[in-house]
Amino acid sequence: MCGNVTVLKGGMCTTIQDLGRIGYQKFGMPVAGVMDEFAASVANFLVGNDRSEAVLEVTYFGLKLEFQEAMVVGIAGADLGAKLNGTAVGGWRSFQVQKGDVLSFDALRSGARAYLAFGGSIDVPLLNGSRSTLMKSKIGGYEGRMLQPNDSLSVNVRADAKERQLAEAFIPKYEHTAELAVCLGPQDDYFTEKGIRTFFETPYTVTARASRMGICLDGEQIEHKDRADIISDAVVIGSIQVPADGKPIVLMADRQTTGGYPKIGTVIKADIGKLAQMSQKDTLHFRQISVEDAQKEYRRFYDHLEEVRKSLV
Amino acid sequence: MYSEIKYLVCGEAAVVIEFGDEISTEINAQIRKLIEEIEKQNWKGIVEMIPTYRSLLVQYDPLEWSFDSLVGKLRQLHTHSDSASSESEEITLIEIPTVYGGEYGPDIGFVAEHAKLSEQEVIHRHAGRDYLVYMMGFIPGFTYLGGMDPALETPRLTTPRVKILPGSVGIAGMQTGIYPSASPGGWQIIGRTPVQLYNSAANPPVFIHSGDYIRYVPITMQAYEDIEKQVQENRYEVTVRKMKRGEIRCAAM
Repeated sequence: MCGNVTVLKGGMCTTIQDLGRIGYQKFGMPVAGVMDEFAASVANFLVGNDRSEAVLEVTYFGLKLEFQEAMVVGIAGADLGAKLNGTAVGGWRSFQVQKGDVLSFDALRSGARAYLAFGGSIDVPLLNGSRSTLMKSKIGGYEGRMLQPNDSLSVNVRADAKERQLAEAFIPKYEHTAELAVCLGPQDDYFTEKGIRTFFETPYTVTARASRMGICLDGEQIEHKDRADIISDAVVIGSIQVPADGKPIVLMADRQTTGGYPKIGTVIKADIGKLAQMSQKDTLHFRQISVEDAQKEYRRFYDHLEEVRKSLV
Repeated sequence: MYSEIKYLVCGEAAVVIEFGDEISTEINAQIRKLIEEIEKQNWKGIVEMIPTYRSLLVQYDPLEWSFDSLVGKLRQLHTHSDSASSESEEITLIEIPTVYGGEYGPDIGFVAEHAKLSEQEVIHRHAGRDYLVYMMGFIPGFTYLGGMDPALETPRLTTPRVKILPGSVGIAGMQTGIYPSASPGGWQIIGRTPVQLYNSAANPPVFIHSGDYIRYVPITMQAYEDIEKQVQENRYEVTVRKMKRGEIRCAAM
């Protein structure tokens, strides 16, 4: 393949993602898509793209790219020590690169996932309305897998892209502790009162078993009433399953469409990005929120995103 | 089935409409009817729907609906969908041509031995009933089927296979199903279909829906190869029958 961005190193896990595959879950097709919608959208805004454009989701570190054509690139999300030809470039900004320039992500400083957008569009096939990679089924994105050395991406470069910088006030801080708002249900009645108290009142830590499918947590056991399995039903992003061991698992972008463990609650949309930016040993607390307030937070999330977009026009 | 349907919060953007805590054809029919009704309304802000064994998840746009406003509308709908599973209701049946046994169904001998039946009788019983597609999940296009003859119930392999080829027809416990794409798995493989259940290039990528019925039709190796060729050349057409619910071949009730 003859593209204009060459992959020198793929890093820990770099995939092409957009806002996901919507409308196919009834066939058992996972949604996939970016883990942190806010950061990915900002990366696109920084290069003047629509936020539905596909970006690179760079997990942890190690990605190294060489450009074969001049273009503008935008970086948002985690601080992975981005360098252009060896010089630190920072994040939450876009800048011009020239033919022969090398962009690398060398160190995990804060957060877990950075988003790299190109001024233009990544030319990979649209599959069921999306360019997102679903690694488990080996479909979408770049040959259905994470990027590897010698892969070559084709970017349809848009000439008008300019350099931009996000205002300091809009930049989220990634901490090693976070509070996530949770709507109880749909199977909160599978847990004892004590179990629900444990869930809201004790901290949970992110384990090594954290992937695009789900994030397994460790902490005090959440007590079930009697059984820890249900007749499988559907799940959403943020669904918190609690298997028999009492340790919660938060389902993320690449989740299966259905599951057989009871779900104590759902992390609200506005807080999914926080979780996407956490890594092993980070600590989190769950806070209960009503569905009405969760919907207000949802509106605030998109109002805020719109404000950010306007600031970058 | 519950005497009263439950509307459960599933985050700020989804409601789970739960009909019961069991697997039943009646619940499946209710779910299918509800999907039809919702689709008919053409409501703005309904993002997608996921039917499962016992519930329907409706994902919605919270900028268009509050939880209460959507549930209010859904309650009105449901009162109209009572007689879903009548004998005269029209259903869709999809034929899945299948080669049983031999190289394509290496575990049929084990299944036969376990059931104390001949291989021929296993085929006769497996292909002799129609299977309801309760839901899809696990991997794209994987169908959770109900209705197998209890005599064919067989435990999973003690050591799962690393790779099961697409189209493989298997049995696991009381379940039977088809692998839509290559996958590791522990099901007892009794046959294979040349029909492509999941085609990422097609839209929709899967032609079977929850609520449809599947009928396995035993074919010869020669027929398998012919169909496989047609599938590869993109000119194979799956046989889809419209029939009355009463015509479905199932166990005597």
